[in-house]
Amino acid sequence: MHAIEKILAKASGRTFVKAGEIISAKVDFAEINDLYLQTIKSFDEMGGEMVWDRNRLTFVFDHYAPAPTIKSAAIHQEMRDFAKVNHLTHHFDINEGVCHQVMPEHGVICPGTIVVATDSHTTTHGAFGAFGTGIGATDMATVMMTGELWFRVPEIIEIRIEGTPPKNVLPKDVVLSILGKLKADGAVYKAIEFSGSYIKQLDVPGRMVICNMAVEMGAKTAYMQPNDAVLKYVGERAQFPFEVHYSDEDFAFSETHHFDITHLSPQIAMPHSVDNVVAIEAVPQIKVNQGFIGTCTGGRVEDIAIAAKILKGHKLDRYVRLVVIPASKEVLQTCMKLGYIQDLIDAGATISTPGCGPCLGAHEGILAPGEVCITASNRNFPGRMGSVAAEIYLASPATVAASVKNGYISDPRQV
Amino acid sequence: MKTQIEGAVIILKDNIDTDQIYPGRYLELVNPEEIKTHCLEGVSPEIAKHFIPGDIIVAGRNFGCGSSREHAPIALKHLGVSLIIADSFARIFYRNALNLGLPLIICKGLSEKLKAGDSLSVDLTQSVIKIAATGETFDCEHIGEHALSILEAGGIKPLMKKRFQKKEGNERS
Ligand code: SF4
Repeated sequence: MHAIEKILAKASGRTFVKAGEIISAKVDFAEINDLYLQTIKSFDEMGGEMVWDRNRLTFVFDHYAPAPTIKSAAIHQEMRDFAKVNHLTHHFDINEGVCHQVMPEHGVICPGTIVVATDSHTTTHGAFGAFGTGIGATDMATVMMTGELWFRVPEIIEIRIEGTPPKNVLPKDVVLSILGKLKADGAVYKAIEFSGSYIKQLDVPGRMVICNMAVEMGAKTAYMQPNDAVLKYVGERAQFPFEVHYSDEDFAFSETHHFDITHLSPQIAMPHSVDNVVAIEAVPQIKVNQGFIGTCTGGRVEDIAIAAKILKGHKLDRYVRLVVIPASKEVLQTCMKLGYIQDLIDAGATISTPGCGPCLGAHEGILAPGEVCITASNRNFPGRMGSVAAEIYLASPATVAASVKNGYISDPRQV
Repeated sequence: MKTQIEGAVIILKDNIDTDQIYPGRYLELVNPEEIKTHCLEGVSPEIAKHFIPGDIIVAGRNFGCGSSREHAPIALKHLGVSLIIADSFARIFYRNALNLGLPLIICKGLSEKLKAGDSLSVDLTQSVIKIAATGETFDCEHIGEHALSILEAGGIKPLMKKRFQKKEGNERS
């Protein structure tokens, strides 16, 4: 069996599962973000009273943090009340950051566990060897009541990544290049294991970027075998006991894809599709109105650090904006200590408090018709960050920084 | 749930994501009657305006990709979509629709064979689709027993209600 199958087998009280089977599995941790008041409504409707385990369910207020409208403030209010009544052990209000960053930081994501959240980017937690998957409101309401959920055991695709990329070519470029080849539906209903020499040595933030974007290929979950960096990170934070699973040597993947990233160029996903990916050399001179560094994909310390390095001592053109939103309070505090926030403000960046910001077009930097944005986030669907007539280019934080520095989409290897 | 469905088609492309089905700026709405007015607004605001309840959506690959927002299937369901047929569905959307009792089936390549104004009659248990005007038929993928049982119950909510009522009853007895 694969490690993913072992996780599912254990959670469903079996010794063996195989692809295609429908199983009912115990959930180790569940998270609901502030777009999902619906979960509480469905929970009530289905006759729910108290949640199944107050230690294993949390709310993270990130999409509307802090509340931009009266309606979203009312959503927070109702969810806060529910958290209080249910005595939820963990509660992350508007001061904490994006769920996929906040949860690992607080040690609720552990290897070998099943994590569900009302958010498609829950695949991020494969970085820690967890089975993370996004679910909708009604599925979540059943988890709140029973602590269990049905799953179809997925086929598993292997993506082997070998080599070391050139300077200023980042994990985001690696995953964009894979997305460009496998396409937006390359892994629908399947799981992806990322492996190979690159993944073996990759640090925690880099692993999170790649697993985060696995969902853009349609994947149900992503998996990376925990390495020393992961075990150290989790070891310092874990709130629950955990077990690392290993795949059997004779496990057969449904497909294997090989990537060598030794000579990879920075990659750009052009509007309006995540898989419309080209190498930066093929991008003509495109003027940018706004850059965005932030989100569960590109808002970690490393992302902000590289932007600060590229922009330190430089002044942005007065008509070019750079919005920087650290993914969490911990990220913000670290970046302040290390001076990155100061450098970015000096260069002319706008800093907002941790949360999703304009990633899904809710607030804090949404786009006008005809505007061009280059962003370290994960989706460039029409209208994702505001007007449907805006153009969104996905790139690494280094490429975003180089681009706002020059005022047009630029190669970070040349700054 | 009806297992025989008839309706006129609305044809959509590949990769219709949930931001196009239900734009992020309306996510704070909670009333389905309000939610449905923005259905497919990212494709065209005209669709919801001219929609006739019972119409069938026929799309290309990867319908419902992107965000896990349940607003997307809620909007489609309350607008009166009777069935969604696509080359493939994104996983979370598929589950969400099923959980709400909104039927959806996979039929590869159907969207390319239809034109606006065509009507279909679909038999969900037999997995057969017929174009009303020409009588031409297509086989689609079988929905599967597990999914069919959820649809037949009208979604997950009635199933859960039943399960919890039973439990309480047992405890009392
Ligand atoms: S940062 Fe963007 S992608 Fe991540 S959870 Fe928030 S809205 Fe979703």
